[in-house]
Formats: sequence, structure tokens, C-alpha cells
Amino acid sequence: MPVIALNKDYKGEVRDAKANFGGNILVYIGWDEHLLFCSAKTFLLPLTMRFGELQDTPLNEGFNQHPDFKHIDWASVQWILNGKPLSPSREHTLEQLGFDHKSLLRFRTPGLNGYKGTGV
Amino acid sequence: MAAKKLNIKDKYRLLTRDLDWEFSYQDRKDAFPFEEFEGIKITDWSKWEDPFRLTMDAYWKYQSEKEKKLYAIFDAFAQNNGQLNVSDPRYVNAIKLFLTAVTPLEYQAYQGYAHVGRQFGGIGARIASQMQAIDELRHVQTQIHAMSHYNKHFDGFQDWSHMHDRVWYLSVPKSFFEDARSAGPFEFLLAISFSFEYVLTNLLFVPFMSGAAHNGDMATVTFGFSAQSDEARHMTLGLEIIKFLLEQHEDNLPIVQKWIDKWFWRGTRLLSIVGMMMDYMLPNKVMSWKEAWEMYFEEAGGALFKDLARYGIRMPKYSEVIEKEKEHVSHQAWWIFYNFGHAAGFHTWIPSDEELDWLSEKYPDTFDKYYRPRWELAKKMEAEGKRFYSAGLPQLCQVCQVPMTFTEMDKDPGQISYREAMHQGERYHMCSDGCHDIFCDEPEKYAQAWLPVHQILQGNCGGPELEKVLSEYYRMNVGADNMDFKGSPDEQRWNQWKGMA
Repeated sequence: MPVIALNKDYKGEVRDAKANFGGNILVYIGWDEHLLFCSAKTFLLPLTMRFGELQDTPLNEGFNQHPDFKHIDWASVQWILNGKPLSPSREHTLEQLGFDHKSLLRFRTPGLNGYKGTGV
Repeated sequence: MAAKKLNIKDKYRLLTRDLDWEFSYQDRKDAFPFEEFEGIKITDWSKWEDPFRLTMDAYWKYQSEKEKKLYAIFDAFAQNNGQLNVSDPRYVNAIKLFLTAVTPLEYQAYQGYAHVGRQFGGIGARIASQMQAIDELRHVQTQIHAMSHYNKHFDGFQDWSHMHDRVWYLSVPKSFFEDARSAGPFEFLLAISFSFEYVLTNLLFVPFMSGAAHNGDMATVTFGFSAQSDEARHMTLGLEIIKFLLEQHEDNLPIVQKWIDKWFWRGTRLLSIVGMMMDYMLPNKVMSWKEAWEMYFEEAGGALFKDLARYGIRMPKYSEVIEKEKEHVSHQAWWIFYNFGHAAGFHTWIPSDEELDWLSEKYPDTFDKYYRPRWELAKKMEAEGKRFYSAGLPQLCQVCQVPMTFTEMDKDPGQISYREAMHQGERYHMCSDGCHDIFCDEPEKYAQAWLPVHQILQGNCGGPELEKVLSEYYRMNVGADNMDFKGSPDEQRWNQWKGMA
């Protein structure tokens, strides 16, 4: 639907377009049932990054403040990319796994449901 | 011969009607180019009833009397070291937030009304907007004066106008008003005069100002009540504009309803900041956010919508979600600032045990289940010497620009609510169905949003290091203006003044 504007064919600048991020993409990562973190977090990542590296570095740095983090059994983690289940291997690149600009990756850790099981 | 003195009725008519003139050699439509593009149909401007039945000389007289009283109180507050009479120095952080987040909105309101005060073909609406513009400018000035005294004694007041344009969380109020100001003139009035002033500013000026009184801040109480007496007039403008639009043409109804849906939703998101000020930032509390919401939105606003039903207007869309959110938003908003207390321009803290108990009592169905555990974990981490500041940068909603913190009211209030839309091959994220609908209705507008997190990551805010963003781009005094209240220079100075150091 075209914008209702005084000037015909008005177009605005898309400030968050992929081209503005120097060849990288934005990826949001959220840990379900861990509301110690008030929201998902934003990361700037190359599409060539391997999933194992994403786990070891940005995800680790973003979420290791939670006391549950060191107890995560990575084999049982459930991944959801843009609303669909994802079964990544550490060797896959983000591109191979279907990540695109401003993708949302959520992860669930069954059995680890936050501080004393409260979802925090 | 002396000129005949005009009576008040004639003066008023000359002010509100005789300032207009016929266009003899220009098309009137060219003179008012903004009047039609939104689709609003005005058939007869003479049906406009002036809600501001004031002549200019009466207006100046009332306002100058109010100003005299106001400045006498400010002077007394300064001379008597009023800052020492506040309940607790944590309170002053609410005033820092008010100065940076609300006062610039008064200025934006002034700019908005000055603009639309030129754009209506009807002289009555033009005059009403111009007079409100003057009020709003006065509010900016009195708020700055009231709060400037604190700048001598507390950190964080030094660069509020610069901060308003740049700081991440101030993008929330800033974008709200910019959205309204970049809309057409009728949407602006519907957004600000009706949705914001008529229902929502009561929540800011009445209970929050009572909170200021309860916490010994007489300067803030005084400007608050002075402003509120103008707000009463502004609300009548809000009511007049909506009735006028609905009576002019039936085609206006769906446009007006859409704007009501949009602006009530945006308003509830903006007011989550006021909710946290009331529930968390006032050391002496007056009423909970939930109670204020019930009194001012559900009762007062509900009666208003009953009145409007005869025009075919229904309650704002997602009212049932809004009703549930009153149990949650203040806690969720303060948690954002606790998470990012290292990047805020004021101090944050863990509520005391008495405050946690007060919250449990005021929110018996939700606080202990969803929010107390967060504070228990935060306390545990603090006791271990690891005061929790969230690493990295949050995901923001493309529309309201609040971090994506709000949860699913229907299914699971412990689950963050994620909504997504695609527009021209780009992915966009919203915090709620309300924000999602607003985006999908005008994607070209919201695709332009200046989202602070994305701008930082594009390198547009002084580089990638957070400390440089804070100190150079935001101009905060890192380590003094931000971090926990505990251990802050504000706390140390207070303890010295009170002989507790």
C-alpha cells in the first residue's frame, strides 16, 4: 500500500537496509525462558560465519552472564530460525543455514528454565 | 474622539473569525495544501465550535498570574535548598527522566501546533492550535526552570536537549512525536490533542505530580499543576476535533477510528515509562500504575468512548490487551533500564524489600509469579559482586522503538512477544500486534525509523565502543550519570549533606 503523503510517489530512505552494514547482516538472538535478559540481542555477523563460531563467540558473550549458561547441554538445544525449527551443525555457515538480514534466532534449553525454574 | 471600547464578545469574534479573509486571486486550496491529502472531508468549517473561548488579553492575564506564582515557588525552592527536602535521592532520577524524555515533547508539541495552526482552512481551528502552541512553549520553559535547580546538585542534567536527539531510550518519546508531526494536520490533532492529551496526559500530570508532592518536590508539583490547568483546555480541543470530524462527513469515521487505534496503542507503549516512574522511581508511592490506569484510562476513558459510540466509534483496537498489560508494563520497563543501567543517563537500582512487598500487594496476580524472581536473581548476582548489566545491545521494535521486552498477554506473559513483517524484501520486527498493524498500514514510513541499536552498529554514533557512544555521542559523564544508584556520586553527596557519610 503506498504511503499517504502530500508529495506523490513519496519514498523514504530504508535506514536498516542490508547494504548499510558493510557486507555483514544483523542477527537477533533470544533465549526463551531466560528473562534475566530483557529482550533478544542484536549482533552484526558475516554470512560466512560458521554456526559453531556463532555459538562460541557472540552467543556466548551475549548470554553467559546467566547462571544456567554453563549447564547448557548443547546437543539438546532447540533452535528456531525465523519461526521455523533449525537443525544446525557447527560446520554450517549462516548462509547455508538460511540466515538472512535481520533474522531472529531463538533457542530453548529443555530442563533449564531460568532461575529456579521461573523463566527468569 | 476616543475609540469605542469593544466588549468581550466582540473582541472574541474579531480574534477568532475576523482574522480570516476571502481569497480573491488565489485558489483557497493552494493556501491550505495539507487539508485534503489525508482523505478527511470538511464540508463546513463554520460548524467548528471554539473550545478556547478566551480573548488574548484574558489569556495573557491568566497566564501571567500563574507564572508569577510559579516563579515565586521556584525561587523559594532554590533559596531554601529544596533539593534537601526530597524523600530520597533516588527520586531525583525520575526528574532526570522527565527532563530528558518529557520536556522535549512539550517543545515538539509547540512545533506541531504552530505548524498545524497554519494549515487548517477554518480560522477557529487555526486560532485554537496557535494558542495551544503558546501554552506548550510555556510548559517547556517552566519545566526547564523547575528542574534546573537540581542540575546544581545532581548528575545527569547537563545536556538533556542534546541527549533527546541521540540517546537510545529517548528515541521512544522522540519518535512518537515525530510520527505525529510528520503526519497530516488532522492526524496530528487526533494523535496529540485527542489520544495523548485527552486520556493519556492525565496519567502523567495527575498521579505523577501527586507523587512529586509525596516526595517533597514542590517545584515539580507546581509546574505540573500549572501545566495541568492548560491541559484541561487542550482536552476540550481534543474532544472538539473528534466530534467535528465525525459530524462533518461519514467518510471520516473509518479514518478517525484507524488513527484512534494507532495512537492509543503508541500511547500505551510510551506511557510504560511513566508506569515505571510511578511504581519504581518514586520512593514514597501514591498509587500503583495499575490503579492509575484503571482510574484514568478505564473509567475516564471508558466513559468518553461510551459518549463517542453514537458516532460509530468503538474502543481502541487491542483494548483487551491494553487492559491485561496494566499488570506488566511498569515492571517490564524498569527491568529494561536495570539491564542497561550502564547506558542510561540516570541511576537504576533494585527495589528495597519493602518496595518489593508493596509491588506484591498492588499486583497480587502477577508480581510474585513473573517479576519478583528477577529481583531475587539480581540481588543474588549483586551480592556475588556481579551487579547485572546486560552485555551487548537489545533488539528493538521497529515502530515503538522500545526493546522487544513485552510479552504475550493471552498465551503466556513469560514469553516475549515477537511479530514480524516483510516489506520490499526486508524483514522488520515488532513487539506486539498493535505495533505490527501500525507498521503494515504504512510500511514506507516505519521502514525509515532511526533505530539507535542499528545506527550504533552502522558506525553512525561515534564508533563501535559503547563507552565512546555514551561519552562522546550522547555526552554522558560515564561513571557519574549512569550505573547503579548504590555507590554513585549522587548517593555520596546526599550522605554528606545528611551527615551520613
